[in-house]
Amino acid sequence: MTNLVEISNLNFGYGSRLVLKGINLAVPKGSLVAIMGLSGCGKTTLLRLIGGQLRARDGTVTVAGQRLNDMSQGELYALRRRLGMLFQFGALFTDLSVYDNVAFQMREHTQLPESVIRDLTLMKLNAVGLRGVQSLMPSEMSGGMARRVALARATALDPELILYDEPFAGLDPISLGVIGQLIRRLNDALGATSVLVTHDVQESLKIVDYVYFVSEGVIVAQGTPDQIRASTLPFVHQFIWGEADGPMPFHYPARTMSDDLGMREA
Amino acid sequence: MVLEATLRGIRLVGDRTLRIVERIGATVAFLVMTLVHSATSFRRFDLVIREIFFAGVQSLIIILVSGLFVGMVLGLQGHETLQNYGSEQSVGVLVALSLVRELGPVVAALLFASRAGSAITAEIGLMKATEQLSAMEMMAINPIARVVAPRFWGGVISMPLLAMLFSAMGIIGGFLVAVVLIGVDDGAFWSQMQAAVDFRHDIVNGIIKSLVFGVAVSAIATFEGYEAPPTAEGVSGATTRTVVSSSLAILALDLVLTAFMLKGWN
Ligand SMILES: Nc1ncnc2c1ncn2[C@@H]1O[C@H](COP(=O)(O)OP(=O)(O)OP(=O)(O)O)[C@@H](O)[C@H]1O
Ligand SMILES: [Mg+2]
Repeated sequence: MTNLVEISNLNFGYGSRLVLKGINLAVPKGSLVAIMGLSGCGKTTLLRLIGGQLRARDGTVTVAGQRLNDMSQGELYALRRRLGMLFQFGALFTDLSVYDNVAFQMREHTQLPESVIRDLTLMKLNAVGLRGVQSLMPSEMSGGMARRVALARATALDPELILYDEPFAGLDPISLGVIGQLIRRLNDALGATSVLVTHDVQESLKIVDYVYFVSEGVIVAQGTPDQIRASTLPFVHQFIWGEADGPMPFHYPARTMSDDLGMREA
Repeated sequence: MVLEATLRGIRLVGDRTLRIVERIGATVAFLVMTLVHSATSFRRFDLVIREIFFAGVQSLIIILVSGLFVGMVLGLQGHETLQNYGSEQSVGVLVALSLVRELGPVVAALLFASRAGSAITAEIGLMKATEQLSAMEMMAINPIARVVAPRFWGGVISMPLLAMLFSAMGIIGGFLVAVVLIGVDDGAFWSQMQAAVDFRHDIVNGIIKSLVFGVAVSAIATFEGYEAPPTAEGVSGATTRTVVSSSLAILALDLVLTAFMLKGWN
C-alpha cells in the first residue's frame, strides 16, 4: 500500500522557537489516521504543513507523491483541488448562507448545472443532519452546527485527502457519535484518506486505523487503537485516562507560582 | 546634548518617512497584484455588481444628502460674494464649476472612504481573522481574485457615479437656495451655467479625478484589510488607517491632478 502523505525529518518553528521536532509520519492511502496531543503541541501546525499553508524549511512533506517544500502556487492549487480541510473554528464564509457555503466549491470549480449542485448540496447537508438549516447564515448557528456545516463543505467535492482539525470539539454526545461514524464512512465510501487531529481519545479510537501521539513537538507514541489501548507507556496511559499527573505537564513552562505571585519562600 | 537630541529628531523623521514610503510601495504592489488577478471579476461580473451594491448603493444616501447641503451652502456663499460685483446671476456657474471640478470628486471620495472603504477593510480583515481567506486558499481559490478584486472594481466603478450624483445634487441645492429662496433669475442661472461649463475641461476632468480617487481608496481599503493583523485590534486599527490614509491620498492626488489639468498635460 502506498502512502498518500509522508513526512520525514520535519522541523518547524514560528520564529526561532521550534514547534515540531524531527517528525516522521506516514498516512497510507485509504486509511484514517489520528494525530493526538495536548493543546498547543503543534497539531494544527502539522495539518497546515500537509495542506501547504506553511512551508517546511527543514525536512520534507510529500502529498500524493509530490514534494510540497518548493511547489509553485499553481502546482499547490492543483494539488489542493484534490484535498478537503475542516478548519478548527469552521471558517465558514460569513457573507454566504449555509447552502451557498456548501455549494461554493462546486460553483467555483465545476460546470455543473444549478439543479445538480442543488441535489449534491442537499445530500451533503443531509449527511451532517442539517438539511433543515440551509437558508440560515453562519452567524445564526451554534458552534457545533457551524462545525457540521464546515464538515459538509470540506467534503463537498469528494476529496481524495481530507484533513480534519478538531471535528469533535463542541459537539454534543449524539452528534459526536454520528459525526465520528460519518468521518469513517466518508473515508471508506469515497475511498478517501483522512488525517484527523483531535484530543477526543475515546471517540477517535473507535474509528481510526492508526494513531500518532505528539507531545511538545515530538511523536512520542504510535500504533493501532488496540496497541494504544494496551500501551503501558505512562504517557499514553495518562492521555487516555485524562490524568493530571504524569509525564505530560498540564502547565505551559513558567516561573514558579510563588514567584509569579510575588511570595517569598519562608 | 543638543546635537544628540537633534540627531535623534532627524533619525525619527527619517524613520517615519521611510516607513510611509514603504507602506505606499506595498499598497502599490498589492494594487498590481489585484490587477493581475482581475480576470475572474470580469468573467463573472455578477461578483462585481454585488460589491457595487454594497459599496455604492449603501453610500448613496450620505452622498446625496451631503451633496445637497454642500450645494446649498455654495449657493448662499456664492450669492453673497457675487452680489458685491453685481453679478449674482453667475452663482449657477460658481456652484457648478466648484462642484464638477473639485468638491464633487473630492468630497464624494472622502465620504466614500469613510463609509465604504472602512467597511471593505473591516470585512476583509475579519474574513482573514476568522480564517475564511485561508479556507478559500485551501479550496484552491485565490482570495485576491475572489474576494479582493471584485471589491476593488466595485469601488472603482462606484466612485465616479457617486461623484456625479454628488455634483448633480449639489447643483439642485444651489438652485434651491439661489433661485427658489433668494430669487436669482431662473433663466440666467441655467444658461450661464450651460455656457460656462465645458464638457472636456470640467466634466471629463472631474470624472478622471474621481476615477483616480476610486482606485486609490479601493486599493488602500483592500490592502489594509488583507494585511490586517488577524485580531480584533488589528482589524480596528486597519479600519482607522484606511480612512486616514485614503483621505490624505485623495487630497494629495487632487493637488497633483489639478495642477496637471490647469497646466495641460504636456
Ligand atoms: N501564527 C503563529 N505564530 C507564532 N506561534 C504560533 C502560531 N500559531 C501557533 N503558534 C504556536 O505554535 C504552537 C502550536 O500551535 P498549534 O496551533 O499547532 O497547536 P495545536 O496542537 O493545534 O493546539 P490546539 O489543540 O489548542 O488547537 C503553540 O505553542 C502556539 O503558541
Ligand atoms: Mg489546533
